[in-house]
Amino acid sequence: MTDVAIVSFAQAPNVRATHGTTNGVEMLVPILRTALDQVGLSKKDIGFWCSGSSDYLAGRAFSFISAVDAIGAFPPIHESHVEADAAWALFEAWVKIRTGEADTALVYGFGKSSAGQLRRVMAMQLDPYTVGPLWPDAVSIAGLQARLGLDAGLWTERDMAEVAARSRGANPDAQIHEQVSADELLTRPYFANPLRKHDCAPVTDGASVVVLARTDRAKDLCDRPARITSIQHRVESAHLTTRDLLSSPSTVAAAKAANTDGVTLAELHAPFSHQEILLRQALGLGDEVRINPSGGALAGNPMFAAGLSRIGEAATRIGAGERAVAHATSGPALQQNLVCVLEAD
Amino acid sequence: MARQRAAVLGVGQTHHRSKRTDVTMAGLCREAIDRALEDAGMTFADIDAVVLGKAPDLFEGVMMPELMLADALGAVGKPLLRVHTAGSVGGSTANVAASLVHGGEHARVLAVAFEKQSESNAMWALSISVPFHMPVGAGAGGYFAPHVRSYIRRSGAPSHIGALVAVKDRRNGAKNQYAHLRQSDITLESVQASAMLWDPIRYDETCPSSDGACAIVLGDEATALGRTAAWLHATAMRTEPTTFAGRDQVNPQAGRDAAAALWRDAGITDPLSQVDVAEIYVPFSWFEPMWLENLGFAEEGQGWKLTEAGETEMGGRLAVNPSGGVLSSNPIGASGMLRFGEAAMQVMGRAGEHQVDGARIALGHAYGGGSQYFSMWVVGSEQP
Repeated sequence: MTDVAIVSFAQAPNVRATHGTTNGVEMLVPILRTALDQVGLSKKDIGFWCSGSSDYLAGRAFSFISAVDAIGAFPPIHESHVEADAAWALFEAWVKIRTGEADTALVYGFGKSSAGQLRRVMAMQLDPYTVGPLWPDAVSIAGLQARLGLDAGLWTERDMAEVAARSRGANPDAQIHEQVSADELLTRPYFANPLRKHDCAPVTDGASVVVLARTDRAKDLCDRPARITSIQHRVESAHLTTRDLLSSPSTVAAAKAANTDGVTLAELHAPFSHQEILLRQALGLGDEVRINPSGGALAGNPMFAAGLSRIGEAATRIGAGERAVAHATSGPALQQNLVCVLEAD
Repeated sequence: MARQRAAVLGVGQTHHRSKRTDVTMAGLCREAIDRALEDAGMTFADIDAVVLGKAPDLFEGVMMPELMLADALGAVGKPLLRVHTAGSVGGSTANVAASLVHGGEHARVLAVAFEKQSESNAMWALSISVPFHMPVGAGAGGYFAPHVRSYIRRSGAPSHIGALVAVKDRRNGAKNQYAHLRQSDITLESVQASAMLWDPIRYDETCPSSDGACAIVLGDEATALGRTAAWLHATAMRTEPTTFAGRDQVNPQAGRDAAAALWRDAGITDPLSQVDVAEIYVPFSWFEPMWLENLGFAEEGQGWKLTEAGETEMGGRLAVNPSGGVLSSNPIGASGMLRFGEAAMQVMGRAGEHQVDGARIALGHAYGGGSQYFSMWVVGSEQP
């Protein structure tokens, strides 16, 4: 089957709030240009387009249709859209190139979380008949998961603070950047016990773009394409009370199928500090693996783009001869997980 | 490696009604899935991945409902992908599922699409103002009526063509046990006597609002060989922006481009002669002649003549919408997949009372947004 590589990545500044519309156009136009310019392509050169976004985040139906305006999609384009993080759009685009129907693809995701109260909006993902009416918001559900792990001895509040401290100090370009110790973080107040503010991803407006190409074309487009050796994703039950919330079986299964052996770089989409620990265990990542040099979702979490950004960040940061894993998540308490393995020559 | 062959092995759908209050969203999907699996002679254990499509989440009031439906879809422990491309989504979902097989990613894929409009209020969901766009505030009919008026002006079509389509589709729907509207006694006179909703579109020329679901099981060549199957000959999808100066909304370029790619890839040079059945997305009667032209079954301005001559009836040169089409059942997110599924049922000889004799090549077509999203496939009774 055709090999595919990532040749370009661009992202809008991750910020607490933008003044733009919820359809993402203002965030997308400049980075679509950047992503194409980096590889000397124009929109006519792109064989397939795929995006990820959410109508509920935008607060209206068909928000992704207006995003197409950012492309200037005339003459008409070969295009599709997933109502999910754009990491799943990248999966669809990767498959499309492997069918032989396209040589290149452009994938984008966007989300303007500042338009609503994010933690309440995410509660709309729950079973509307029996769970949704109770309005358990996203932070509260993550807090219950964190508490389960604490009580089971899988992590401590200090472990969580150490993840947060590393994430906040990792990337001067990130939305959240401060040099802070775990000791200091542990003195800060609880936000949703046992979670403190720094244990939770910030609310972010943002967007990102990844360009894919067949590997035989990729070498002409950029110096060091990141070859995708596999993408696997799995979903778990919707019923929180019947799920194993402490071992992320969907990540374990996806990682096994994708073969993550030998990776030395990982970009993990963990919107809560304890979830990074959980994901490291699920992926079997040891101390030799660099985790989230971008700062990860705890330093900036543009909804529906953050998973795609993990793949883009890993592709950008991978070294020659290195193997990396990028991860994306969706749904309450890591319900759905995607694992993408990259290699650079 | 070359593109892998793919085929439809089973199709299932719900009984479509205005309110399916007897089932939850999960129950609605499951009704279609169980029929599709039975049709394919399979169980969930045979399925490698699930693709779910539906139109806006605001129609039911659940954000990304595939997540809460994961168990009912039989997706737990498997890959689950969610597609949303406006009204074309049912078709796009089938095409994405097909690409998972074409790309060698999975051997057997379950595609599901649903809409449960009774859970919420579609008019409300569609009435949220869009930045920088003139609000329509009149629903889909108000949006598309000027396009129909423009088509009539450009083509010189006589005013009864729309009513002819409505009579044909509703009578076809009467033969379809799953159709929402089954009106065997409908006449040209009764359609023309129905209330004018959005001039020139009358009440009987509009689609209903339905609760319903459709499911399709797709398999690779190894799975399909030796079975009754609808082989995929080609798929196509195209998108263009909603509005821009000079846009032809009556005969959109995206639809013409998608059709041209589709016929090319399917090796079809004369669609009207080579295609036996066309399931075309016709939510308002006049879209039959409009899409016949957009798809290349007729020259521009000539599509209505096929309708007027009865050539689109069952037994005509090109049977259009033997299922009864969107005019008889419209669970929005599933409407496109119902077109794709009916095309497969026809070439598999499994369409029951609405079977077109000797159907070997069939088109499934869907469109969405402001006539800007198009998805299509061609299936055949023989391998391509």
